[in-house]
Amino acid sequence: MSGAVSPTGGSAHATYLGMPAFPRAAAVSTRDSGLRANLRRATHTIRAKRAAAVAELDDWERLRAAGAAIKDRTLRHLDHYLVRLEENVTRAGGTVHWAADAAEANRIVTELVRATGEREVVKVKSMVTQEIGLNAALSEAGIRAYETDLAELIVQLGDDLPSHILVPAIHRNRGEIRDIFRDRMAQWGRPAPEGLTDRPADLAEAARLHLREKFLSINVAISGANFMVAETGTLVVVESEGNGRMCLTLPETLISVVGIEKTVPTWQDLEVFLQLLPRSSTAERMNPYTSMWTGTTAEDGPRAFHLVLLDNGRTDTLADRTGRQALRCIRCSACLNVCPVYERAGGHAYGSPYPGPIGAILTPQLRGLTSALEESLPFASSLCGACYEVCPVAIDIPEVLVHLRERVVEGGEVTVRGTRTVIKPAKRHAAERALMRTAGWVLDHPAALRHGQRLAARTRRFHPRRLPGPGRAWTDTRELPRMPAESFRDWWARTRGGPAGTRSREQAS
Amino acid sequence: MRVGLFVTCVNDTLYPRTGQAVVTLLERLGVQVDFPMTQSCCGQPQFNTGYRHQAEPLMRRYATAFQDFDHVVTPSASCTAMIRDNYPRIAAKAAAEGRGGTMSEAAAGAVAKTYELTEFLVDVLGVTDVGAYFPHTVTYHPTCHGLRVLGLGDRPLRLLEKVRGIELRKPAGAEECCGFGGTFAVKNPAVSAAMGADKARALTETGATAVCAVDNSCLLHIGGTLARDGSAVRPVHIAEILACTEGSAL
Ligand code: SF4
Repeated sequence: MSGAVSPTGGSAHATYLGMPAFPRAAAVSTRDSGLRANLRRATHTIRAKRAAAVAELDDWERLRAAGAAIKDRTLRHLDHYLVRLEENVTRAGGTVHWAADAAEANRIVTELVRATGEREVVKVKSMVTQEIGLNAALSEAGIRAYETDLAELIVQLGDDLPSHILVPAIHRNRGEIRDIFRDRMAQWGRPAPEGLTDRPADLAEAARLHLREKFLSINVAISGANFMVAETGTLVVVESEGNGRMCLTLPETLISVVGIEKTVPTWQDLEVFLQLLPRSSTAERMNPYTSMWTGTTAEDGPRAFHLVLLDNGRTDTLADRTGRQALRCIRCSACLNVCPVYERAGGHAYGSPYPGPIGAILTPQLRGLTSALEESLPFASSLCGACYEVCPVAIDIPEVLVHLRERVVEGGEVTVRGTRTVIKPAKRHAAERALMRTAGWVLDHPAALRHGQRLAARTRRFHPRRLPGPGRAWTDTRELPRMPAESFRDWWARTRGGPAGTRSREQAS
Repeated sequence: MRVGLFVTCVNDTLYPRTGQAVVTLLERLGVQVDFPMTQSCCGQPQFNTGYRHQAEPLMRRYATAFQDFDHVVTPSASCTAMIRDNYPRIAAKAAAEGRGGTMSEAAAGAVAKTYELTEFLVDVLGVTDVGAYFPHTVTYHPTCHGLRVLGLGDRPLRLLEKVRGIELRKPAGAEECCGFGGTFAVKNPAVSAAMGADKARALTETGATAVCAVDNSCLLHIGGTLARDGSAVRPVHIAEILACTEGSAL
């Protein structure tokens, strides 16, 4: 297998780089009726199950408030807890590395793998390694990474990108998965069995056989973590399949890349999240596998343990009073599953491993408002509030969306790599800004507003039914309302008001 | 008790009948209502699109226009939500920017006295039977801001259930957003239209002849989509149903 870093030739890793703005990507994906059907079925099923699992607990709201409060307190004193975490991981035989950004994290991991002399690694499902593009970086260094989570495997074999936090291959149906296994498994290792069907049990068995070979032969594993307990230096991975457990226990070397916001101070705090997470994410009372490890243990599990603590925009996000609540996220995916926009647009339109409502507030903060995509994400919501309602750590996603919209259209203060800077309003909103200013003036001068209403009423028979230019975005699929002959205020003045036209005094302006 | 009507800019300009219905209804219930002409827009479109500073003068205007009233009633859940949820935020952010002044009083005053119509009827007046008559099959769409920000719960349905002659039908996926979202409808037209199409289908499948809601902005989008689809369901604000009597049925 020497030299063959990517089965598809070259380093053809699917990437989120250069993705178009959300509306453009969504305009394409909403037309994909197969995708719409897959997503609708999947999200509506899990949505109903989550509601039932949550309804079983009569103290859910209190748990939720506790989760939010614990995260807020931890984030407020994150510097302190990270140092404690480092001390305790080190004391337990692990090594802690600090990575300011994606490039640094990738460099650290690549060097750690190289130092083992191995050329292959197994991976536990981890969003943070998607965020930093670790697989591509490893591939460039001649190291092959094998995804071992079933859905991540489907994504990797299909040369695809994840589109959901919990179910990265949610956009694929059983038939598509069967085809991917049949056509691609052989290039990555053990081929799919002859005559593979699309029955879930058969697909799972094919994956099991394919992956078992990797678990038994590969000596280095890379993981993320759901939580890091500062008081003991313990990492926690919560999963359903058991494949993560294999990766975490069988190899000689374990490298975990974890965002700094995953810290919780104590085991008592962890207990709250172990209740909130499974019910919100898989609608289970408790997830099947919870793996916890503290440094290294003689004669058991990996001999070497490295923890790479990743910032990559997190402390900058922490500097924003309104935006920082996004860092409470425990990646349960409940907000995706209830989101009507996610359901229609699909995960890829969000241009990052964090799709849906959480992606719309996290990506523009972690990456900064660096391109048309990041600038468009805060607007990828109707502000219906379904996400906030289900979020187990009560992130007011609509509030953050509106806050980030302001950064886009008005500019303002942001923190970039630790330095406060003032950004300018985004260029592409110039026309809208002018319109808003004019509308603002009219609305603040009721006499002018009344004048405009009368003019519109007088000319109403000549109003077009279809609008040109940007107005087409409305009239392509919707009729315009008919302008009434008389506005409410004119009716009031005529029927209830005095001779001056009002019962109350009208301002001259 | 001095009651002011905040009709909202959308109703003032496009749906005067809704405002007229609120006046008819409240007067029938013995409430004297006044309409201060200095009122305008609550600032929701500006604020939700990111133009918070443009919403500030409108918030101040609202507070001044209604300063002499004990209660303000408005036939719009999203405008009520704007006032209740976002006026305090606007004031707090202005204060953080060193421009607080009297803004937090203005916000607090507005929050304390503003009621969405069905809240005012059920909570302040304590009525659910408003003596209405509406002999049609109606489906009720709970709008997102009414449902999730204001927590209107079953107030609108309790009012509708008491309407004589009405037949109520529940649509599938009732609590799902219709896809309007203000400027979302034009910034993300594909997704908005897809959501609107699903909503329109669910409403049409009820077999109702009218869809009612507590907000004309959602109905603008829903009605526009239904009309383009050639659906028989027409949009009607809940106030217009509650205002109807045997003598004046629509
Ligand atoms: S934002 Fe809340 S609901 Fe969404 S994934 Fe994070 S924790 Fe879950």
